[in-house]
Amino acid sequence: MNNEEVKKLHEPLFHIEKRGGVSKKKAWGIRGIGILVAVVIVSILAAIMLQADPFTFFGKMFEGAFGTTNRIWNMLRDTAILLGFALAIVPAFRMRFWNLGANGQVLMGAFACTVCMFYLYGKIPLGVLVPLMVISSVAAGMLWAAIPAVFKAFFNTNESLFTLMMNYIAESLVTFTITVWVPNGSGSLPPIIPGGLKLFDNAYILPILIIALLTVGMFFYLRISKQGYELTVVGESENTARYIGINVKKVIIRTLAISGAICGLVGFLLSGCMSGTINPQIHSGYGFTAIIVTWLAQFNPLVMAGVAFLVIFVNRGMKSGIKPAFGLTTEAFANIVTGIIFFCVLAFEFFIVYKFKYRSDVEEKMNAFKAKFKKKSAAKVATEATSDGVVASESASEAAEKANGAGDAENGENAAEKATEEVNKEEE
Amino acid sequence: MVVFLTGAIALGVTFLFGCVGEILTEKAGHLNLGIPGIMSVGAMGGCLGVSLYMGALSDPNNASYILLLLIGILSSAFFAGIMGLIYAFLTISMRANQNVTGLILTIFGTGLTEFVMEAKVDRSLLAKASTYFTQSLPFAGKLGWFGEIFLSHGILVYIAIAIAIVAAWLLQKTRIGLSLRAVGENPATADAAGINVTAYKYAFTLIGAAVAGMGGLYYIMDYLKGSWEYGIDSLGWLAIALVIFTLWRPDLSILGSFVFGALYIASYSIMGISFAQMQLLKMLPYVVTVIVLIVTSIVGKKETQPPASLGLSYFREDR
Amino acid sequence: MENTENMENMENSENVERKENSVALELRGICKYFGNVKANEGVDLVVKKGEILSLLGENGSGKTTLMNIISGIYFPDEGQIFIDGKEVVIRSPMEAFQYRIGMIHQHFKLIDVFTAAQNIVLGIKDGSRFRMKDVNQKVRDIADKYGFIIDPKKKIYDMSVSEKQTVEIVKVLYRGADILILDEPTAVLTPQETQKLFAVLRRMRDDGKAIIIITHKLHEVLSVSDRVSVLRKGKYVGSIETKDANESILTEMMVGKKVELNIQRDDPVNPEDRLIVENLDCMNREGVKVLSGVSFTARSGEILGIAGIAGSGQRELLEAIAGLQKVNNGSIRYMDPESGEEVDLRSKTPVQIRDLGVRLSFVPEDRLGMGLVGSMDLVDNVMLRSYSKGKSPFLDRKNPGALANDIVTNLEVVTPGVHTPIRKLSGGNVQKVLVGREIASLPKVMMAAYPVRGLDINSSYLIYNLLNEQKRNGSAVIFVGEDLDVLIELCDRILVLGSGKVTGIVDGRTAKKEELGLLMTKTVGIYEENQKAQASEESNE
Repeated sequence: MNNEEVKKLHEPLFHIEKRGGVSKKKAWGIRGIGILVAVVIVSILAAIMLQADPFTFFGKMFEGAFGTTNRIWNMLRDTAILLGFALAIVPAFRMRFWNLGANGQVLMGAFACTVCMFYLYGKIPLGVLVPLMVISSVAAGMLWAAIPAVFKAFFNTNESLFTLMMNYIAESLVTFTITVWVPNGSGSLPPIIPGGLKLFDNAYILPILIIALLTVGMFFYLRISKQGYELTVVGESENTARYIGINVKKVIIRTLAISGAICGLVGFLLSGCMSGTINPQIHSGYGFTAIIVTWLAQFNPLVMAGVAFLVIFVNRGMKSGIKPAFGLTTEAFANIVTGIIFFCVLAFEFFIVYKFKYRSDVEEKMNAFKAKFKKKSAAKVATEATSDGVVASESASEAAEKANGAGDAENGENAAEKATEEVNKEEE
Repeated sequence: MVVFLTGAIALGVTFLFGCVGEILTEKAGHLNLGIPGIMSVGAMGGCLGVSLYMGALSDPNNASYILLLLIGILSSAFFAGIMGLIYAFLTISMRANQNVTGLILTIFGTGLTEFVMEAKVDRSLLAKASTYFTQSLPFAGKLGWFGEIFLSHGILVYIAIAIAIVAAWLLQKTRIGLSLRAVGENPATADAAGINVTAYKYAFTLIGAAVAGMGGLYYIMDYLKGSWEYGIDSLGWLAIALVIFTLWRPDLSILGSFVFGALYIASYSIMGISFAQMQLLKMLPYVVTVIVLIVTSIVGKKETQPPASLGLSYFREDR
Repeated sequence: MENTENMENMENSENVERKENSVALELRGICKYFGNVKANEGVDLVVKKGEILSLLGENGSGKTTLMNIISGIYFPDEGQIFIDGKEVVIRSPMEAFQYRIGMIHQHFKLIDVFTAAQNIVLGIKDGSRFRMKDVNQKVRDIADKYGFIIDPKKKIYDMSVSEKQTVEIVKVLYRGADILILDEPTAVLTPQETQKLFAVLRRMRDDGKAIIIITHKLHEVLSVSDRVSVLRKGKYVGSIETKDANESILTEMMVGKKVELNIQRDDPVNPEDRLIVENLDCMNREGVKVLSGVSFTARSGEILGIAGIAGSGQRELLEAIAGLQKVNNGSIRYMDPESGEEVDLRSKTPVQIRDLGVRLSFVPEDRLGMGLVGSMDLVDNVMLRSYSKGKSPFLDRKNPGALANDIVTNLEVVTPGVHTPIRKLSGGNVQKVLVGREIASLPKVMMAAYPVRGLDINSSYLIYNLLNEQKRNGSAVIFVGEDLDVLIELCDRILVLGSGKVTGIVDGRTAKKEELGLLMTKTVGIYEENQKAQASEESNE
């Protein structure tokens, strides 16, 4: 048995290889293809389930998202809030600490804020109350995130499960408090500050501004601050962190404190600024969506803003566009579409990290096939070109012949490519 | 008291399905946070199958007991299995992040459930179908309180317990179980020992999803007696908590699920407590789970830890 | 299938051939290339049934690559493999098992939470009913047959290193291996455990198994093996019957004749004591003593070489000085050249050491796992050591950026730019960046662990020059190396570590290769101490 035969037996048809890394441009191109595939799937789905053609469908979606001034404000507000969640978890994620507890941390922030409102609103001036609300929100969120962090740092307690559980403890705590405050059994607390805190008579401007500032701040925190640098090193390699003398435990707890503090602030925005009250679902489950946003944006706060916008676009486009237009009673279709888009993008991430490597003989065949295909199209182009000029056709067939004669498939491909090029040139 | 225990078991079974499904998946090294979505889709699939079957009959009252149950269970497992397949494809073959994939699956699953339930399922048939699922064992009534607590349930309760026992046996006593645990602990070692890591991961993610999906079916058809309710996903999170609480052991999860069921319904069943105190009780399962998580990590006993490679994707050439 | 045919033939012929000590495994002209590196080049090897063959060679001589080829992990680029006289193709570890080849790796492949027996039976599909009781019994039977001591129900995480090794060996025997390959099995064992292992190996040999043992401890080679085959730099040097061999013959075969490298070496100028290490004791994470009573002085303007077989305590020694390894006993003192004061470095963290004004640089062995962060670019990697300087909460990337550019220009780093993730650079260029960064802090003590490992010749010389430059600048350079030729030509003095103890400090200008080789393999090390401790424990019991 010679080695070639053996190799053929030994090697699988193809195997997966890690890429050395792709350029950013190519990476975003691959993601773009993912979104494109998602759009196609959604169009097909819309056609089957709603009997809608893609243009009407996506048209309605745009209308739903941007149709009126009010809708645009809603878009911006929702984007800001989702982005707020994402900004909160990004330092933790960058450190490879899977904080799945943003829902709970935000809820605790909102809770602390509501406690301040409930007991002090109307009793002390707003100028004192508002700072107090902010401080207590931030502190509560911080505390809720620091608990799992401390256990992770000292006992290596699994942080994803811990933070996940903390969400539901927070929810129960809030439900409990509401029922104590409002003993009538309705389970809902009427707004304490009607309409929330307003800036320029608009309840949306303040949260949007704060989140915009926070986005820039977080971008620079991760990029140029020493702490941001430290948490990146800890996330990449604890061994290196030790080598350069970083206190890993301290960095874990500090980073989660920051993560929780931002969550607390978002909680303040939700309860203090926007609703003036609280309910156990005030987070709308954005803590989970934000994880997806953060991940798909590769932990870059500026990109996260874009991804969050896209997510909210789908969401709101469905809610106020598709739903009334097609007479849907629930938001189910929005979730399906969101899911499909995410699935596609997530699946295409694979091609950024890995590539298929075919067995040498298969690769040769594939190249040969490609060459043949290109040769054919070259010949076709050539025949079409004959009417314009005989010379073109000649050069093309010549090149095609060259391709044919070339033993090496790759040469063939190149030759065929050249043929096409030549034909194109001469046609011009 | 008897009513309370019966209720605890009845609700606990929902968690039991989800928990055993998740254990099987996690033992293969995959943390599937899509379980809440999968359980919803499982409920939807079962309802869809049942309503299509009954709708096709000239008289829905003539449905065959065996056929109806079989269609319900199989279509539930089938749809949940498809969800598992999506998760498996993305996390195993495409090596996508498990947490992210799971969460998307939950969003997608709840959406899909709602859409199909509104559009394709004749809900009026569900209550009728439910009577088939809730039919208790024939001799339950003759055995007094014992019969009432343990034997008065529908067939799915016993299927759940049987699955948990089989899963426990499979993990502890069989070659397959040994290989599965090896895959979850250290896929590189399993690979070197000649175990097909990818096949194991796929198989048990799928089986896990199918089992969890039946939990959704059970909740609608048996526990709620055929009245549809959204929010199965919130029970799914409890199922994930239960996995930690029972230390990744299907045999313990039978007992654990009853404890969780009891804690969950305690708020409704204890006389003389206020509505507020009820809410506090609802927090208990999660608090207990967190305590278990903390204690096991401090004690550091290897057997009570999550599978060592949980959450990590395996790429053979990464050595 | 061809395989089963082969196996049947093998079984039929077994009884007849065994007594004649027939050839179990033969390699002819095996070549294996990794890129441009020739790991194996035309290697021939023969091992007979009922024979223990030692495969001897320095680090990087291609022993492990060769054994990985036999056990199906690598596929040879050229050459043939014969088992029982028939040519075979081994495509995977599973196929190696089918040919009854079993390999015991240096790094154990075991699952911590499983019992010994569970690990042993893992992945076997023999069609029998699966009962742990039967498996446990079969494990005990194998253990009894060859004299192992093993508790099939014991969990791996409760086991000592030697117990884990026993599990690995039984695992291979359980699968019916007739050809056993052990990759440096004694590296992790105490002499007592080594003697036990050897007794087991002899019993297996008498049972007709063919055994290949990879090692570079000469006295072990002489005591356990029947025949010795030697590899040097990927090539097959020759074989010799153990009874005709002695340590100096083997050393010469192993290290070869002195090769002239023409590395520049100036005489030290005004050497002063800079770093004084006395009676250093350290334990590794498993609680095994890895350094014992190590004492030496590193002087300014001098390169102190550290030679030794891999894993003799080199890493722990450097990490202890850098503040990364817990010191159990002894002292590490730094003589500040400016103030003339003595600074105690023992049990300080890296940050504390830096804050004391000690200019200590350390090029660790694990470049991308410890010295650098693979996903960060050159600039960010260059500032790893210095980023925390100053009170500002923000990073200063200007100076590190300039430094990164300097390193790229001066050390001829091949990179698309200073903002390329360092993971994308080749090994040599990665090392240039790491060494460049460590030199940039103008160290008074410069430590480098295997700085030229995996580098091509040009890069290696560049690194030697850089170390020489440091020496001229008056720092005390500590160089841990594996190539004895390099150590002899580069270093002013060479400290030899043998099993965690200093077995000698020799002058680099007069040192002989054989002398170093003998010092390296001399075992007046920790293991005797451990043995004594164990013996006294046993007598107490």
